[in-house]
Amino acid sequence: MSAALQNLVNQPYKHGFVTDIETEAVAKGLNEDVIRMISKKKEEPEWLLEFRLNAYRHWLTMEEPAWANVSYPKIDFQEIIYFAQPKPKKKLASMDEVDPELRRTFEKLGVPLHEQKMMTGVAVDVIFDSVSVTTTYKAKLAEVGIIFCSFSEAVHEYPELVKQYLGSVVPSGDNFYAALNSAVFTDGSFCFIPKGTKCPMDLSTYFRINTEGSGQFERTLIVAEEGASVCYLEGCTAPQFDTNQLHAAVVELIALDNADIKYSTVQNWYAGDENGKGGIYNFVTKRGLCKGVNSKISWTQVETGSAITWKYPSCVLLGDNSTGEFYSVALTNHLQQADTGTKMIHIGKNTRSKIISKGISAGRSSNCYRGQVKVGSRATGARNYSQCDSMLLGDRCSASTFPTIDVQNTSAQVEHEASTSKIGEDQMFFFAQRGIGSEEAISMIINGFCKDVFVHLPMEFAVEATKLLGLKLEGSVG
Amino acid sequence: MINNGSKVLLEVKNLKAEVAGVEILKGVNLTVRAGEVHAIMGINGSGKSTFSKVLAGHPDYTVTGGSAMFEGKELFTLEPEERARAGLFLAFQYPVEIPGVSNSALLRLAYNTMQTERGLEELDPLEFDDLIQEKIKVVEMDPSFLGRSVNEGFSGGEKKRNEILQMAVLEPRLAILDETDSGLDIDALRIVANGVNSLLTPDNAVVMVTHYQRLLNYIVPDFVHVMDAGRIVRTGGKELALELEARGYDWLRAAA
Repeated sequence: MSAALQNLVNQPYKHGFVTDIETEAVAKGLNEDVIRMISKKKEEPEWLLEFRLNAYRHWLTMEEPAWANVSYPKIDFQEIIYFAQPKPKKKLASMDEVDPELRRTFEKLGVPLHEQKMMTGVAVDVIFDSVSVTTTYKAKLAEVGIIFCSFSEAVHEYPELVKQYLGSVVPSGDNFYAALNSAVFTDGSFCFIPKGTKCPMDLSTYFRINTEGSGQFERTLIVAEEGASVCYLEGCTAPQFDTNQLHAAVVELIALDNADIKYSTVQNWYAGDENGKGGIYNFVTKRGLCKGVNSKISWTQVETGSAITWKYPSCVLLGDNSTGEFYSVALTNHLQQADTGTKMIHIGKNTRSKIISKGISAGRSSNCYRGQVKVGSRATGARNYSQCDSMLLGDRCSASTFPTIDVQNTSAQVEHEASTSKIGEDQMFFFAQRGIGSEEAISMIINGFCKDVFVHLPMEFAVEATKLLGLKLEGSVG
Repeated sequence: MINNGSKVLLEVKNLKAEVAGVEILKGVNLTVRAGEVHAIMGINGSGKSTFSKVLAGHPDYTVTGGSAMFEGKELFTLEPEERARAGLFLAFQYPVEIPGVSNSALLRLAYNTMQTERGLEELDPLEFDDLIQEKIKVVEMDPSFLGRSVNEGFSGGEKKRNEILQMAVLEPRLAILDETDSGLDIDALRIVANGVNSLLTPDNAVVMVTHYQRLLNYIVPDFVHVMDAGRIVRTGGKELALELEARGYDWLRAAA
């Protein structure tokens, strides 16, 4: 890898600052008392404490998964802080009451908490460490019957809805990290789009881990009733610490008849330094249930951060004629490891799914696509198309693809295409011969490579993603 | 058009170059003045394509001796992109595909880079569209080509026309056409040749590298050079090409 490519990849992480704010955190470690304490602090109903304790007891019987193509030292779950929140905590009547230090933090991150200053037409729920700081445009959304608030608030204000849907897509014992999350989750976003309502603006959650040694365990629950539609965005950053932090979130989406949910993520957690020191372990369970007929769930993700990414946003296509989509760009550099992909579970008739995955590896990183397409025996007429492309920058990185296809209905059609490419010397020479320098050339090639995914991102995100890839790759080709 | 009073664009003296330790160019001399059309002919492996790539700065080749002045600059001290910005253009023998990058995006970036180099205003996408809609007429290209990925799924002829389109947009001082005629049917050859002819002015020059006399019926050269074993062994007028067509190369090789 030439010097120019090196420089392009070695751009420093610009979200790595720590906010100096007084934090109230519980002691490290996990046991039933800690869970009871979290539940009590959040003044939760008894059924939710039971949900947590059941998950915890189940978690104790489970093994940490070892099948992913990633390696890291064993996590000591007793060394993690499970609850941290900025002090003082009081009910916020308006945005103006948000701690100025916090507000500055999010302004620095490009997430102003004032509605007037917001990116036009996007409502944001802001999560800082374990709690939701504020949710913008709540009142305006309520006018059309849309509920958009922090998870804690939803537990108090809409307990029946939460009770009905929590764990209905990702059961508390689904997997090791989902069980851990179910036991200790602290906050997150809740979103409910009632029957026949098209959400008038994009909804968004911005996650920020600030406290060193704390884990972030949040839950997002989005329900779109019959004929409803919503576009949801998620952004995340964290300060630069030498230690690893665990982020184990659970996202559940439920789409009823004719409902449409589009969920986009630009993940830029701190990835560790060039020697692999520090960075976030991003072990996340995201799953959508297309419960109703003609429903549709679409995941779009741009994964650029985290030391380790372990993430498979999936769709369970239960309703007849429902559609699942997964569009992904995963970029790894230095010693980052990504094992990411999707699962498309076809249960209903004429269900369709599409997977477009683009992996870009640079430095000494490892980038792996893992996917499962399963067509059940009742899924007559099911169709899937998968395309997995990998691009390698330099000769010390790796790309792998692990597709699994399981078809139990003879009328199903499943297609899988894969390719691996390198940015060729001939391509670089061609750009140079047209007067275009190597960094611009690489940025153009990479964006071209990712175009099939970027077109599915909302405008602001697409611009951010393009910039982010450029920054992450600064100095890596030449 | 030969005019001995016109400005020298390119002056190559005793150029030697190697690839992977093997010497390919063994002392090439060539002078190109503004307004001139040159053809370099020769058998496979004579060094024609190497010569054009060395001038453009392909990283596989190492210059081991001699010099090349281009518009008063020492060419071999410049990076490939600096040579391009100085006005040296190479139409590739095998144009590369760039998946996902649209033709118009590439052309606009290249054009604006050149505008900046020349101290001129960059064009926004709308202004550039006006310009490009005119330029594509030069190569009789359908506007739909602009939205397609660079060379992806293009036929051989379309790729070569695309190279000439890039030349039309960038308006180089010196264009080197590396076997631009290879793989073209007669209609495509006519279109490409008409395109090149329409771009010729008294201020620029073209060097065509080719195997066949056929191209020279359409783009008439002022000079024909015959290359053999890494040297130019004979220079003549356009009639030399006809003689080569009739007699082959052997008589020249024997003479050399």
